Amino acid sequence: MALLRSSVTRRTLTLGLNSSRLLPLSRSLQTFSLPDLPYDYGALEPAISGEIMQLHHQKHHQTYITNYNKALEQLHEAIQKGDSSTVVKLQSAIKFNGGGHVNHSIFWKNLAPIREGGGEPPKASLGWAIDSHFGSLESLIQKMNAEGAALQGSGWVWLGVNKELKKLVIETTPNQDPLVTKGPHLVPLLGIDVWEHAYYLQYKNVRPDYLKNIWKVINWKYASEVYEKECA
Amino acid sequence: MAATTSMVTSLTFTIPSLGLRLPTRRYPCVKPQRRFVRKAASNVITATYELKAPPYPLNALEPHMSRETLEYHWGKHHRTYVENLNKQVVGTDLEGLSLEDIIIVTYNKGDILPAFNNAAQAWNHDFFWESMKPGGGGKPSGDLLDLIERDFGSFERFIEEFKSAAATQFGSGWAWLAYKANRLDVENAVNPWPSEKDKKLVIVKSPNAVNPLVWDYFPLLTIDVWEHAYYLDFQNQRRDYISVFMEKLVSWETVNTRLEKAKARAAEREMEEERRRKEEEEGKPTNDDDDLEMYVDNDNDDSEAE
Repeated sequence: MALLRSSVTRRTLTLGLNSSRLLPLSRSLQTFSLPDLPYDYGALEPAISGEIMQLHHQKHHQTYITNYNKALEQLHEAIQKGDSSTVVKLQSAIKFNGGGHVNHSIFWKNLAPIREGGGEPPKASLGWAIDSHFGSLESLIQKMNAEGAALQGSGWVWLGVNKELKKLVIETTPNQDPLVTKGPHLVPLLGIDVWEHAYYLQYKNVRPDYLKNIWKVINWKYASEVYEKECA
Repeated sequence: MAATTSMVTSLTFTIPSLGLRLPTRRYPCVKPQRRFVRKAASNVITATYELKAPPYPLNALEPHMSRETLEYHWGKHHRTYVENLNKQVVGTDLEGLSLEDIIIVTYNKGDILPAFNNAAQAWNHDFFWESMKPGGGGKPSGDLLDLIERDFGSFERFIEEFKSAAATQFGSGWAWLAYKANRLDVENAVNPWPSEKDKKLVIVKSPNAVNPLVWDYFPLLTIDVWEHAYYLDFQNQRRDYISVFMEKLVSWETVNTRLEKAKARAAEREMEEERRRKEEEEGKPTNDDDDLEMYVDNDNDDSEAE
């Protein structure tokens, strides 16, 4: 009874938001689970070791998902109770863990074993766009490597497209902030994880070597597909 | 209004020879060091900050922290911060300043300047090595324990809070136990009614290179929670690393020594402020020649107090 009453109140407060849209929220909560890797852990060697891939996927990504689900559950509960201060308090955990889930899900698709086309330069429209925005693929790589090496602490370096302006951008984000935090129209084509956990067991303190080698297993086919979808 | 204007003025001062403006009100601690550093600097041609070795052999923390971890962490990461700092400051206004001063100047009230990361990381790592010792851990005693119990409820509660701060720092960074003297929790605020109770132990966490010196807290203990600090030994298990650090590695001796220094500094500052206030009341100028380079603001205390 109490719940019912409170949802009615909420409805009147939310400018006539119809009740059917509130139902899925109160009935069940969607949780997330770890996506499979589209290749074996060892398939990116020698660029990225199997040990790194396994820990990165099974431990790090899984932990983001676990904590994201936990935060969503608490959020759900807080919203139902109308507990605004808890709703606000949960934002940082949602951004961090939800961002970790979003970013890693893209990252796995950004990589491919060499025998499956990893490292093969982009063709067609993305290839032309890179040439016209950055001069060449090499200068894009150089620029992303420089930004990735200069990033303090943990974060990501991105190649994205602004879907309104149809323009390619290079951006960095701290921690697990997804690219969209840099602008609502930005769509990630390629994200490189420069957290130490992404390379430390193999490259130790030499982040530039990791950045140099990761291009050998970049899946440009995936980036091209996203680009074409956004810019067609 | 008058008070506000005058307070803003008093927040900066100039070191004429260096053309640097430093906040004084918040960082009176830079005073004595500055005199010393300037003398030393006149005999030294290039700015060099040295990579200090940990106060124990690199394998001395095994099995809790491996020799390999220290070889990379100290031998590569810490070294790179120091080397890059030296390259960055040579020939600049920062050359010859103490590490602490560079940190405060380049923190630039949050609008971080390029040398900040290297300077702060050099300092943080020096302090991190001191925060540990072979056969560390256990429980402190005496004044330190009393303060911990007063400010956190119990030693166990303190351990929980410290561990939680270290575990929940998003991404790279540090967790700290620090001594906070007579400061309000609002930045740039001056405490109008300082009392003994204001001086307390606090646990804080900080992202990337940031440390509590920039808030004018006195660091007593730190744990590095960048992944490079624990990845070779613990992989993704940051919480295990933090537990082992607290149980087996913490040097309570260092924390004790730091606490004594923190208290002494707080007392010194209070005496200094008291002296200045008295001189103000007597209408005497406070700029005696010896201290001329250090502070140019005399009227801030009065205007703030009124």
